[in-house]
Amino acid sequence: MSLLELKNLRVSVEGNEILKGIDLTVNPGEVHAIMGPNGSGKSTLASVLAGREDYEITGGEIRYADQDLLELDAETRAREGLFLAFQYPVEIPGISNTYFLRTALNAIRTHRGEEEIDAMDFLALVREKVKVVKLDDALLKRPVNEGFSGGEKKRNEIFHLAVLEPKLAILDETDSGLDIDALKIVADGVNSLRDPERSFVLITHYQRLLNYIVPDFVHVLIDGRIVKSGDRELALQLEDQGYEWLEVEPAQVAGA
Amino acid sequence: MTRPVAFAEALEAVAGTPAPELLQELRQKGRESYSQLGLPSRRQEEWRFTRLKGLEEGVFESPTTAPRIDVTPWRIADARLLVFVDGVFSPDISDIGDLPDGVVVSNLVIGSTSGSQSVAKHLGSLAPLDKHPFAALNSALVADGALIHIPAGMALEKTIQLIFVSGSEGRSTVSAPRILVVAEDASHATVVEQHIGNGDSLSCPVTEIVVGENAAIDHVIVQEEDPSAHHLAVRQARLAAGSRYSAQAISLGGELARTDIGVVLDGENAEASLDGLYLCDGTQQADTHLTMRHAAAHCDSHQLYKGILGGKAKAIFNGRIIVDQDSQKTDAKQSNRNLLLSDDAVVNSNPQLEIFADDVRCTHGSTVGQLDEEAVFYLRSRGIGREEAIQLLTLAFAGEILDRIPVAGLRERIEAVVAKRLAAMTDAKGPE
Repeated sequence: MSLLELKNLRVSVEGNEILKGIDLTVNPGEVHAIMGPNGSGKSTLASVLAGREDYEITGGEIRYADQDLLELDAETRAREGLFLAFQYPVEIPGISNTYFLRTALNAIRTHRGEEEIDAMDFLALVREKVKVVKLDDALLKRPVNEGFSGGEKKRNEIFHLAVLEPKLAILDETDSGLDIDALKIVADGVNSLRDPERSFVLITHYQRLLNYIVPDFVHVLIDGRIVKSGDRELALQLEDQGYEWLEVEPAQVAGA
Repeated sequence: MTRPVAFAEALEAVAGTPAPELLQELRQKGRESYSQLGLPSRRQEEWRFTRLKGLEEGVFESPTTAPRIDVTPWRIADARLLVFVDGVFSPDISDIGDLPDGVVVSNLVIGSTSGSQSVAKHLGSLAPLDKHPFAALNSALVADGALIHIPAGMALEKTIQLIFVSGSEGRSTVSAPRILVVAEDASHATVVEQHIGNGDSLSCPVTEIVVGENAAIDHVIVQEEDPSAHHLAVRQARLAAGSRYSAQAISLGGELARTDIGVVLDGENAEASLDGLYLCDGTQQADTHLTMRHAAAHCDSHQLYKGILGGKAKAIFNGRIIVDQDSQKTDAKQSNRNLLLSDDAVVNSNPQLEIFADDVRCTHGSTVGQLDEEAVFYLRSRGIGREEAIQLLTLAFAGEILDRIPVAGLRERIEAVVAKRLAAMTDAKGPE
């Protein structure tokens, strides 16, 4: 059974249709890359999946773990194992990184009917997971993302991912703004979290990330539609040829 | 002036009670000034936004005896404690302990009869008795208060805790506590001033703080009076060269809670840090009127006042920084940040700079806004429910001030009280 299934998903923002009928199936353990030029609707797709409320769903459906995802609010989606790594992680002054994570983890555990994790066990968990992205221990006690460098913020997102252990992780342009060393650390972190029971959707503009996180499937999103799907080779082709050769097709369809 | 003098009965009653000569003199001056000033009207610029209605019509008694109150929940472990109930000292429930030589921690009535030089020299020296109606009213009505005198070179280890109970047993009382803190050169003390109560009372405390050269005073003020109470406070501090005054003022109670603060940096390299947090819900109003005067060069001042408002609450922040002509190398910062939890809450924030020197660094700013929805969504996207996310973010906003309270035990208690209040304020609003 698939973990995530989008059927003809249509999404508008303030009357403008951004996603114009998306079909996508993600099975457990698979890594999908969604690539596309700026303004193609990539981040809208990520936001809609995570439950951001500024979007109007005008058609289609999203099935997630045998549920109607659109019926669930953002926090319930997270508790059901869906995770969004933000393109622009938010600074939260006054709440320490660990306190935040422990509150989130306990909300998820309570939802699953499990006991809350105690402070000692949580500390041990954090010590282990922080190695995944080589995050400086000092950043654990600091307020969430406050004063973090761009790279530290992205690594912190992957650290949260490691602690919360979702079933489906959506990485929204996690590679943007990272230098090559930081990109490798993030990619290594993600690779270490790959699991037959965990799926990833990588949203990216550039092929570069996919040199380090090798996807099972690559989809090209242009003007709100997936215009081509393939394997890793498609990403390499995009790097060589850009998006232009694909942009022709929908234009012709529209003009036909 | 055809209006009847408000509190005439209380004034009459107080005038008839015995007091040491110094207090009698203060009362006399207060009466004279108050009879000139009367209660302020909204036509006066400084009082334009302060709701005093209800005070004029209110009947307040001025008790001369104090019932026994259980202050255990407020007690700070190991602190020297003085309790005043409706302005009257309660020795039975106070616990001052043994004092090092030369240190005075007492009630004002005893302190001013035992011949302390501080009282004669400093009592009434800072509070603007002739200009401020409630400084005048306080002086006219003063029954007692606290006297703290730290001799030169003495660092007083234990915190001094002053608890003022207003409206004990639900009575409508008027009380006018007077606090005088004198820190001689190179001394240090921590003073906690708490105002609690459970009646629709009026309290108008006046606190005068004299900080000697290279001395330091840490001051925490917590106002948790009844939601129906009126609290009109005046606080004045004068800092000599190289001294430091740090204060955190937490305002939680009161239908109307107003504090007028004046700090004078009177010697070079003095430093003042004034922080505040006000929580207002329902129809509560919290006013802060703060004047920071740099009267000497090379002084630093920092002010951070934060407000959280729900319901139809209202807050005013009038912050003024005055830099005298010769006060070069002044470094002054002022910030007022407000969080509105409802559409009907109102904040008037007016930072003002008056700079007469040319080589200074002064910054000020104020913000009034709602919680960052992006932050709320970030928390929710990690599994934290909307309501809990709002509570966490609101508490974090307050935390920046609460973290600065230097008295452990007190800080934790206030954090718990604030968390509970905020939970109620955010709950009442409901989702969306």
